[in-house]
Amino acid sequence: MSTRARQGTLNFAYLNEQTKRMIRRALLKAVAVPGYQVPFSSREMPMPYGWGTGGIQITASILKPDDVLKVIDQGADDTTNAVSIRKFFVATSGVATTTETEQATIIQTRHRIPERPLRENQILVYQVPIPEPLRFLEPRETETRKMHALEEYGVMHVKLYEDIARFGHIATSYDYPALVNGRHVFDPSPIPKFDNPKLDRSKALQLFGAGREQRIYAIPPYTTVKSLDFEDHPFTLPTWEQSCAHCGSNTSYLDEIIVDDEGSRLFVCSDTDYCTRRQADGHHGSGLPVKLASVEAAP
Amino acid sequence: MSPDDNKPLLQARGLTKRYGHRVACKDVTFDLWPGEALAVVGESGSGKTTLIKCLSTQVEATGGTISYCGRDGILRDLSIMSEPERRFLMRTDWGFVHQDARDGLRMGVSAGANVGERMMAVGDRHYGRIRQSALDWLERVEIENGRIDDSPWSFSGGMRQRLQIARVLVSKPRLVFMDEPTGGLDVSVQARLLDLLRALVRDLGLAAVIVTHDLAVARLLTDRIMVMKGGEVVEEGLTDQVLDDPQHAYTQLLTSSVLTV
Repeated sequence: MSTRARQGTLNFAYLNEQTKRMIRRALLKAVAVPGYQVPFSSREMPMPYGWGTGGIQITASILKPDDVLKVIDQGADDTTNAVSIRKFFVATSGVATTTETEQATIIQTRHRIPERPLRENQILVYQVPIPEPLRFLEPRETETRKMHALEEYGVMHVKLYEDIARFGHIATSYDYPALVNGRHVFDPSPIPKFDNPKLDRSKALQLFGAGREQRIYAIPPYTTVKSLDFEDHPFTLPTWEQSCAHCGSNTSYLDEIIVDDEGSRLFVCSDTDYCTRRQADGHHGSGLPVKLASVEAAP
Repeated sequence: MSPDDNKPLLQARGLTKRYGHRVACKDVTFDLWPGEALAVVGESGSGKTTLIKCLSTQVEATGGTISYCGRDGILRDLSIMSEPERRFLMRTDWGFVHQDARDGLRMGVSAGANVGERMMAVGDRHYGRIRQSALDWLERVEIENGRIDDSPWSFSGGMRQRLQIARVLVSKPRLVFMDEPTGGLDVSVQARLLDLLRALVRDLGLAAVIVTHDLAVARLLTDRIMVMKGGEVVEEGLTDQVLDDPQHAYTQLLTSSVLTV
C-alpha cells in the first residue's frame, strides 16, 4: 500500500498517525498493567484543558470509520461538553453518533457510567482531571510513583480515616479510590461512588485519559476493582427516598434539581438515555417536585 | 531478654560522608546495643545531622557500612538491603523524630490520623482499633483525648513534638533516631518533654540515637555519648563519665560552656 493510501485510512479523527501510534502504545501498556498510570505526551487539542482533552485524544486514537460514538457529560447526552465533543468528532471523522447506550461502540464519558450494563465489544473512555489518587496526601510526584511501585497504599486509608473522624462515615462520594486487579490503587475520575461497583468485572474495556496530567490508564474487561474501605466501615452505596420524577426509577442515580426558593426539589435520572427509554417503555414518575421541609432541620 | 541481646542492634564501621571535597562526617565507628540510648553532641556544623541521616538511610554514605540486626536476629548490611525493605524498616522497626515537627507530621490531617498512619501502612483496616490506639497514644504523650480530631496546625510547638513522638512510637519501633527533639521549645516545655521521653524510652526498652547540642538532654536521656567536631568523633564513652571528666580539649570547652543559673 502506498504511503498516501495508508494515510487515507489512518489520518482520520484529527490526530496524525504518529500521535495515534504513540497513544495506542500507551494504551496497550495501560491494558497490560491494569490501573498503572502510563505517561504519554499529551497534544494540544482545539479546546482547553479541563474540557476532556485526555479522553478526546484516546477516542481519536481508537476511533474507526464504522464506530458508533456516544458522548455523555454528567450522564446527559445534551449538555454543552457532550454536544461540543460529539460535534468535534462528527466534523473530524464523520462517524455515526448515537444517544443509545446499546448502539454505541465507543462511549466517551465525564462523571458517569451508563445505567444499562455494557457489552464486551464496547469501550468506555473517561475524561480524567487528576489521575493520581495519592496526591491529596503526598504532593510529590516522585514520591507517589515510588509508593505505587512499592504498593505503599496505607496512606490512602488515612484519607478515609479522616472522613470517618469528621463525619462519622466515609463521606467521599465521588472519585472514590479503588484497588485494580489487587495491585494498583487508582482514581476512577469524578464518577459518583454509586458507579464504583460497575467498574468491577465490567464486560467493556475502560480507558482513562488525563490530558493536562499526561497520563493514560486502563481497566481491561473482567478485571476486579475493589473500592477501599475499613472492616468496620464497609463501602456502601448512596440511596434515595425519592424515585425519578420522569420515569419513576428507584434504582438509578438521581440528580437533585432545585426548582424554587422554597425548598422544592425535582429528582430525575442523571442518565438521560436510560430515563428516556424507560418512559418510552411506559414507565412514569409523578412528574412533580418534592418539598423537603426537613432539609433545614436535618442534623 | 531477647535472644539477640548478645548482638548489637546497629553497627557503624568507618562511616564517611563527603559532599564534593567537603567532609561532613569521617570514619565514624560504633555499636548500638538493644535498649541503649546514644547521644551525639557537638556544635553546629560538626556533622551530627549528616551522621544521623546516613544512619537512618535518608542520605547515602560515601564510605563505610551500617548494619542492622532485624527481629530475626541476623545482622544485615543496610546498603545491600533493597529499597522496599529499607522503607518498610523505616516505618515499622524504626522511627525518626525531626527537630521541626512539621517535617515529621502530616500537617493536612488530624492528630488521630497522624498517629494511626503507621498502623494503616502495615495493613490495619479496622477503624475502631486504629482510633483506640490513637487515643491510647495521645494519652501517653499527655495530649487530651478531645484534641484527637484537631489539626496539628492548632497545636503548640511542644504538643506537635509530642504528637510526632506518638506517631513514631505507635508501631512499637526498636530503634528511634531523634534530631534535636527539644530544639526550639521553651525551657519548661523541654523539661516536660524530656521527662516523657525518658519514661517512654525506659518503658519500651527502645534503643535511640539522639542528636543534640544540649548537654543536659544527653545527660538525662542517654547512656553513652559521642562528641563530634569537624566531622570526626573526638571522644566517646559513658555519658556521665565523659561529662564529668572530659578528656579532649573540645569536650572540656563544651562542658565548660554550659550556663549555670
